Amino acid sequence: MARKQPVEIKVDTFRDHQVITQPNPLRKLVRPADEAHLEAAVARAEQALAGLSGEFEDWMNVECERLSAAYAAIARDGLNGENREELFRAAHDIKGGAATFGYPTAAAAAESLCRIIEHAPDLARVPGELIMHHVNAIQAIYREQSRIDAVGMADQLSKRLRGVADEYLIRVNRDRPEHLEAVLAPSIVPEG
Amino acid sequence: MFIIDFNKLRFLVCDDNAHMRRILRTLLHSFGAREVYEAEDGATALEMYSHYVPDIVITDWSMPIFDGLELAQMIRQPDGSGNPYAPIIMLTGHSEKRRVMIARDAGVTEFLAKPISAKGLYQRILNVVANPRPFIKTKNYFGPDRRRNTNNAYIGVERRVGGKAEIVQQPSLLDKARSGS
Repeated sequence: MARKQPVEIKVDTFRDHQVITQPNPLRKLVRPADEAHLEAAVARAEQALAGLSGEFEDWMNVECERLSAAYAAIARDGLNGENREELFRAAHDIKGGAATFGYPTAAAAAESLCRIIEHAPDLARVPGELIMHHVNAIQAIYREQSRIDAVGMADQLSKRLRGVADEYLIRVNRDRPEHLEAVLAPSIVPEG
Repeated sequence: MFIIDFNKLRFLVCDDNAHMRRILRTLLHSFGAREVYEAEDGATALEMYSHYVPDIVITDWSMPIFDGLELAQMIRQPDGSGNPYAPIIMLTGHSEKRRVMIARDAGVTEFLAKPISAKGLYQRILNVVANPRPFIKTKNYFGPDRRRNTNNAYIGVERRVGGKAEIVQQPSLLDKARSGS
C-alpha cells in the first residue's frame, strides 16, 4: 500500500504555473488482464448489490418518510433556511438513491423537486401545489410500486411534473440567465 | 484491459446518507477492497483523511458541517501537512455543468453521477489508479491537470504562459503496463 508521502516530485516551473509530476504510488496495483476479468469483477459487485436488494424497500421507505417530515415541517413552521435545506437534502438523496433501490421514476420526480428548490428565485413564492404534488407523487410511486400498471403511470406522472416544473422555472428565471441556462442544460456527466 | 489489486487499496468514503455508504462499501468489498473507512460529514472525513491516509477518497457533494467541495479544497493544500495528491472521486447527484466545473476547480479528480453503477465505479477507480494526471499549481488553483486531453482543434487563447509544449505529462501507467516496463 502507498502509505508514505510521495517522493521525487518533479516540478516544472513556468511563468504563471507549475506542473507537478509525482511518482504514482499506486502503479504496482494495476496489471494487464483480459476483458473477462473486468466483467467478472463487475458481475460480482452487481451480485453483491443484489444481495442488498431485500433491504431496498425499507431504505426507500426511510427516505420517503424523511421527505414527508421535511415537507410537514415547512407546512407547520413556515419556510426557513433550515427546513428548506432539509427538504432539498431529502429530495436530493431520493434523486441519487431511488433508482438503485428500484424506483427510477421516484428519482426523476425527486430531481424535478430539487430543481425547483435550487432554481426558484424565492421558494416561498413557488405555488404550494407544485411542491406538494412532487412530494405526494414520490410517496405514491413508492407505495404503488407493486401494482401492475404502476410503472407506466409513475413514468407519466414524473414526466408531467417535470414538464410543469420546467415551465415554471423557465418563466421565473427569464431575467436570471445563469439559472435559466442551468435549467435548460442537460447533464454533462457521463453515467455508469 | 487492466485490473486492480483492490485488496491493497485504502478507501475513504464520505456520504451523509447511510444507505449510500452501505452500497459503496458493498461494492468496494466485492471488488476486493479490505480497508474502507466511512465518514458521514466533511469534518469527520478530513480527520479520517489525516489519520488513515487513504489512497482514494470517494465523496458526496452535499454533506453537513462542510461539504464534499470544501473537503476537496482542504485536501488540496500543497503546503499542508497531509497528502494533497490523493485522487478524489466525487459521487454526486449534482450533474449540472456549472456544478461539475466548480468541483473540477476545487481539485476533484473524477466524477461519477448517481445512480451509482458497479461498472462506473470500477472504471473511475481504474482511471485514477492507472492514469494519474500531473498536478497544476497556479496562483488560485492546485489540483489535477484540468486538461484531460490535448485538443489540436482548440483555437482559443493559450491561458498558461510558458507554452503548452513545455508541459510535462506523467507517463500513463497503462502505457507502461503495455510496454512491460
